[in-house]
Amino acid sequence: METAWYFLIALMLAVYVVLDGFDFGAGILHLFVARNDEERRTVLGAIGPVWDGNEVWLLAGGGVLVYAFPKAYAAGFSGFYMPLMMALWLLILRGISIELRSHEAHPLWRSFWDGVFAFSSTLMSVVLGAALGNVIRGVPLTAEGYFAGPLFTDFLPGPHAGVLDWYTVLVGVFAVLTLAAHGAVYLAWKTQGPVHIRSARAGRILWPAVAVLGVGVTAATAVVQPRLYPSLVARPWTWALALGIAVSLGVVLAAARRNRELPAFLGSCGFIAFLLAATAAGMHPNLLVSTLDPAFSLTITNAAAGEVSLRIGFVWWSLAMLLAVGYFAYLFYSFRGKVTVDTRGAGY
Amino acid sequence: MDALAWHRFQFAFTVTYHYLFPQLTMGLALLIVVLKGVALRRGDPLWHDAARFWGRIFGLNFAMGVVTGIPMEFQFGTNWARFSSHTGGVIGLTLAMEGMFAFFAESAFLGLFLFGEKRLSPRGHMVAAVMLFLGAWLSGWFIIVTNAFMQHPAGYTVAPDGALHLSDFWAYMLNPWAVWQYAHNMTASVITSAFVMAAVGAFYTLAGRHREHAAIFLRVGVVAGLVACILVLFPTGDQHGKLVARHQPAALAAMEGKFESGQRAELALIGQPDVKNRRLENPVVVPGILSFLAYGSFGATVVGLNDIPEDQWPDSVELLYYAYHMMAGLGTLFILVMGTAAVLLWRRRLEASRPMLWVLMLAFPFPYIATTAGWMSAELGRQPWLVYGILRTVDGTSPTVSGGNAAFSTLGFMGLYLVLGVVFLYLVLRQIGHGPAAAEPAH
Repeated sequence: METAWYFLIALMLAVYVVLDGFDFGAGILHLFVARNDEERRTVLGAIGPVWDGNEVWLLAGGGVLVYAFPKAYAAGFSGFYMPLMMALWLLILRGISIELRSHEAHPLWRSFWDGVFAFSSTLMSVVLGAALGNVIRGVPLTAEGYFAGPLFTDFLPGPHAGVLDWYTVLVGVFAVLTLAAHGAVYLAWKTQGPVHIRSARAGRILWPAVAVLGVGVTAATAVVQPRLYPSLVARPWTWALALGIAVSLGVVLAAARRNRELPAFLGSCGFIAFLLAATAAGMHPNLLVSTLDPAFSLTITNAAAGEVSLRIGFVWWSLAMLLAVGYFAYLFYSFRGKVTVDTRGAGY
Repeated sequence: MDALAWHRFQFAFTVTYHYLFPQLTMGLALLIVVLKGVALRRGDPLWHDAARFWGRIFGLNFAMGVVTGIPMEFQFGTNWARFSSHTGGVIGLTLAMEGMFAFFAESAFLGLFLFGEKRLSPRGHMVAAVMLFLGAWLSGWFIIVTNAFMQHPAGYTVAPDGALHLSDFWAYMLNPWAVWQYAHNMTASVITSAFVMAAVGAFYTLAGRHREHAAIFLRVGVVAGLVACILVLFPTGDQHGKLVARHQPAALAAMEGKFESGQRAELALIGQPDVKNRRLENPVVVPGILSFLAYGSFGATVVGLNDIPEDQWPDSVELLYYAYHMMAGLGTLFILVMGTAAVLLWRRRLEASRPMLWVLMLAFPFPYIATTAGWMSAELGRQPWLVYGILRTVDGTSPTVSGGNAAFSTLGFMGLYLVLGVVFLYLVLRQIGHGPAAAEPAH
């Protein structure tokens, strides 16, 4: 039962990265693929109606983490205090920049919020990547079940690493690259005209870079977390996930080159989803690994909530998820097709 | 200030600032459904304009609510880790359900409501408005149930390691405290939105602009306002107060400035609490009423702070006393304001009564103050408990987060929120300045 909740939380966080990932990607690329007001409104119009719902997957996933593994939530969030505070401020700035940017006609106002949108999206992508790096590497959890993570110590991923060391920064950079590439194929799919052309070109440049850096990150991960790959190898069913990563990457690389917009986007979604799924499968049953002593790690067994709660959860979670998928299908369907910008009216 | 004080202050500041927005969002979601309903039934373009105008304000307000709300979910973990670890097995349920049920609905339908008017049929757009309303009010329900558990724990057991686990889903969800707290809180939210709508209507009328739309705003605002002002006192406020009297006697004593226990306990209307000398200065009291209100009988004994051990006192008696008196005092004034306006409205004399319009225009900040004061009463009254009778506030903080880190993040939030507040006010005032003239739907 604990494994089921581990899987559901991993699923929700993976969906979050796939969905909000293209919002961040659009932000990273915003100043590059959109050069005038109409083009900027096109980019914002492509993510405008959906970014908030996409972000909810983080909150809902986080909420389910509190629900199923409260001790891990408590330890993780208090231990990563400073990075989380900064993440919160970045999320606030990102959201506000999207919502307020076109409310005022003055060009300086719009340029300012365009800049905030790009800055917050880029930095948040680094944060997400570094967060993943920390989860993979482990943190200095003590016997009391808490840890204190300074932002950095000596940038080496030893037992007393800070939140930022060379490995987590590397994963952060990889995240920026990947989410930018993901955003590029999304924008290529949803836009037309100059924004489409520039986004498609960005995708053709970025995806090969993702492939190359991905190899590097994979190797670095083997060094920093020696238990991850043996854990995957020992569970043959996870090899399908590794295959999924490779196939998705192949699909997006091929489709991007041939301007097959939707297959490229779907390949990109698959790449991110399979990558996160494989990571989650490899880390199982650990939620937070202790770099001080494996006995101090928080696992799905020692961090779980009560049985009654976990069992009831399957009922309401399934109902809620069914409804949510319904809403999202309706929402995305209602805003299907290429973005058109009404520059006279209010809105994005 | 020690680390505990910073954690408390940060949470208090961020949640107070956050709630400035949902209290308008939730009430306005209901009023927009009313406006759209009338518009659809009558086919009246004025009511459509009205719905669209308030929809634009709603969008701005909702965005602020979202971005300031995310820190709240995170803050249980970042600053109150021992609380989360200890009680997450219970309150995690409603925190998760809020995200899963309410937030998904709100965020999906917000996009459809704000930007889908041209893409959807009139009925489809109405559905979006109704779903927004339901999503917002459902959000409120889950949060209230969480707070109600902290005020009056229900539906839990204690696990061998001391953590709290959920034992009874319905006992937790339908906590009697939650039912009345929710009714009281949502009614207050309608008051906030009613006063804001009436204020804008009053402003336009006084300025001689958008008169027809202003008449709609005044009518909807005053009628909704009057109904809500009465309900917030009776039965919701009264029943909520009786729960406090029964289950949190120390809170009641501090709220009322009662040091001496006794039957036929008097209700203090004004008076400054002098905690060191355990008395009220220059009190103006109504004899016997407190016993009657709190327990239903003049002969009932109200326990004073003198007979409660000091380690069970709320730690800011003065602040709690004033918060409660401000809320109750303002609530009384609201009834007078909306009552008078309603009589004038009924007599078709409201639009010509400039003094009343001035009052309505200037009154809109006060529901915000009253709501904040009400929440301060609830949270201060619960002290020294974080979960009443089970976990003290001092034992709930994050053990590895230093006061320095908490101070840094608090200052960061205060600075960011100051800037956001200025930007928000600028945009809303500009929106009001533009007015509800027959503007095209946005998309």
